[in-house]
Amino acid sequence: MIESSIPEGDDQATLSPVVSLSGVSVAYGSNVVLTDVTLDFFPGRITALLGANGAGKSTLIKALSGANPRYSGDIAVDGTVLHLSSPVLAKAHGISTVHQKVADGIVPGLSIAENVVLDDLANASRHPLRNSKQSLLDARAALATLGLDWPDSLLAQDAARLSISDAQLLVLARALRGTPRLLILDEPTSALTAAEAERLFTVLRALRDTGLSIVYVSHRFGEIEALADRVVVLRDGVVQHSSERPFAWHEILHDMLGRATELEQTRVDVRRGHDVVARVSGVPLLAAAPRLDLEVRTGEVLGILGLIGAGKTELAELLAGLARPASGSLSLGGEPYAPKRPSDALRRGVVLVPEDRQRQALLPGWSVAHNISIPFLKLSSALGTLRGARETARAQQVIDSLGVVTAGPNASIDDLSGGNQQKVVVGRWLSAGPRLALLDEPFRGVDISARREIGGRLKDLVASGDAGVVVFSSDVDEILEVADRIIVLVAGVVELDAYADETDRASIVGAFLGARTRDHSAVPPEGHPK
Amino acid sequence: MTSASLAPKTASFAERGAAFVVRWGFIAVTVALIAFFVITEPNFRTVDNVFGMLKFIAPTAIAGLGVMLAITVGGIDLSVGASAGFAVSIAAWTMVIGNQVGGVAIGVVLLGGLLIGGLNAFLIVVARIPDLLATLATSFVIVGLKLLIVDGKSISSQMSLSDGTTAPGKFTADYLWLDRGSLGPVPIPVIIFVAITALLWFILEHTRWGRALYAVGANAEAARLAGIRVQLYRTVAYMGCGLLASIAGLLLGARIGQGDVSAGNSLLLDAVAVALVGVSVLGIGRPNAWGTALGAILIAVMVTGFTMVGLPYYAQDFGKGIVLLIALLFSFTFSRRRTVVTAGSTTSS
Repeated sequence: MIESSIPEGDDQATLSPVVSLSGVSVAYGSNVVLTDVTLDFFPGRITALLGANGAGKSTLIKALSGANPRYSGDIAVDGTVLHLSSPVLAKAHGISTVHQKVADGIVPGLSIAENVVLDDLANASRHPLRNSKQSLLDARAALATLGLDWPDSLLAQDAARLSISDAQLLVLARALRGTPRLLILDEPTSALTAAEAERLFTVLRALRDTGLSIVYVSHRFGEIEALADRVVVLRDGVVQHSSERPFAWHEILHDMLGRATELEQTRVDVRRGHDVVARVSGVPLLAAAPRLDLEVRTGEVLGILGLIGAGKTELAELLAGLARPASGSLSLGGEPYAPKRPSDALRRGVVLVPEDRQRQALLPGWSVAHNISIPFLKLSSALGTLRGARETARAQQVIDSLGVVTAGPNASIDDLSGGNQQKVVVGRWLSAGPRLALLDEPFRGVDISARREIGGRLKDLVASGDAGVVVFSSDVDEILEVADRIIVLVAGVVELDAYADETDRASIVGAFLGARTRDHSAVPPEGHPK
Repeated sequence: MTSASLAPKTASFAERGAAFVVRWGFIAVTVALIAFFVITEPNFRTVDNVFGMLKFIAPTAIAGLGVMLAITVGGIDLSVGASAGFAVSIAAWTMVIGNQVGGVAIGVVLLGGLLIGGLNAFLIVVARIPDLLATLATSFVIVGLKLLIVDGKSISSQMSLSDGTTAPGKFTADYLWLDRGSLGPVPIPVIIFVAITALLWFILEHTRWGRALYAVGANAEAARLAGIRVQLYRTVAYMGCGLLASIAGLLLGARIGQGDVSAGNSLLLDAVAVALVGVSVLGIGRPNAWGTALGAILIAVMVTGFTMVGLPYYAQDFGKGIVLLIALLFSFTFSRRRTVVTAGSTTSS
């Protein structure tokens, strides 16, 4: 531990911030993911950090926790500007982080006690011989800060045997060793039950009262309402909102989901669909969610809006044959539809543009033409033999219809920009004239012109006749721009289903809010167990 | 990421030079070696020697093509040496102890190769054991099973058995024809080698099944979402590899003329080496049939030339090792393209 130095002059007379960021930016190549973030974290306060996918939350946490030393701007601890070049250094300065995936923080094969004192194993100043007695004592002391009294017999057991909530507590106990000044928790309740989460909140409130500053990342508004002293919203790498209790949720959601800087356009071209192309009947999207009924119609772009954990990806996977419904049924074109794998869905004309372009869609090192033809090789071949001319023609069609910026069908996909790669992926899936096209976050990491071009292609597709198009997104403006009909999905429940010209941003945000109120009432703010 | 990949148009002279070496290096080395031996060794340039070299390398090349198939789907197969050795002993056992004709022995061996490939595929695709470890384990199992079947002995025609009698069968002429026969001046092993190479080249480059195999190796998840039956293609690739390894074993057995229990021992490293050299030939950056064949020819030229020049046999391994190292440097270090070799990676569904 480094002793705290004298804080420099601060406007706030009573409390000086433990950690303050000024003008912190992070860029990966030419892609700026965090822009000029200036924030103070005060002792004894819980700051909730909110933001949709890709808003920059993880990037900010990585910079703060020393996991990404390549940030610009200043991070000061107790008024002294430091360069947080490694997680070990960040921890030495009192910044402790609990990452989202608890399992990644546990080393199976080591005992629970050794897992608690894991940082010591990497500490060069410690004695190289493992001392199990000392580990046990240290682990007990660390767990005591959480009010946990695990017997020695339990501490000697393999940490892999802990339940997920106990593992969460273990990781927290480890993070609290060496009395940190700032504790960062990244979605700590995502794997916990309500009762386990409540237990965690009680611990966190007690820690706050000892003067610890806590950064709490979550998508659950109810938890934030119950726990936080301040809410900070990130969007597109910029601090969009910062407010104290009582929280103006309407404003928070608006800042989180919308792009206030862009002009709002009134849509005049909203289409009404006609026939039902796909129907979901009585299918629960999430384990605890009620059964869902949903219709996708031809001739309209359906936009499904939801945050992480809303069931968007689950719905897309059901329709694309990647998962099977737990109960209920699907139908396509009026006939029963039970795809076992993606090839079944493809045969019925259902295509999915997956969420993660790099991992799930691109074939690295391949040409644009070969990337486009891969799902429809039968169409580019005769008697199993590929016809290069057909592949090239198909690729040229995609390049022309979506305005892909590339040297041509034979250019390597690796040489295209992210937005143009995404156009190729979207074009690939639309090129065979799908009956139902599902696009999971198709505009992520895509610039505005690529977004317009993809959106235009989707509108052309539904205008031409029998196809249904579903766009899944967590961004209100994307949905307002591209969708004719809008569904708001919260925790597997449809909170709103309306045509774009019958609703507005306020009602859409309100649909999220309605869900929040219920969520909130389920978790009492003062932390009495249910 | 290098600056070269961001701005290929402004590549410096050095970068373009490096690209040229990556693309033509192997061909140049092979041509230079051939030229050197042609000039210094009069025997080298005879037609007999050309076919002799190709015949000599055919089993290695065919096993290498098998490894190439496994690499194509993003895996690796370390059991090809054991499978070829298994084929040598089983062919001999079927003919000598089982008193069957060569045709039957060939059928039994090919079936065994498919079964071995199927076992590998099961362990990798269904049981999800990493390819490197699964095939390492099966290679021990295969060698052990072979030794159990032949009582740990090399089997030869008219050998005496443990009960004092003489073995009923012998290596039949139709089986030995696999090595000794020829079509005009071209020996049968060379014909088989070239035919298999051409067939695999056609399948991989010009059919949709070949494209799907490559897609599985390039990005299995993307391939699955594109409707490709990833598990099925992986299974086919490993079974193909087992089949090719057993064909390599048949040619080897016919050459030796007996069921040598140590046959196939040195085949594995050579086979893996030629497949990896094949990846780097012409800077293609992915496994391919003609590249693998060229890798085999390079090794044949080297071994034959070394022997003619009078270098000791143990200098060969050194030469092979250097060739393999250079190939790996070309594939992983100097090549701009991302290489698709992911040997040893764990498989995921």
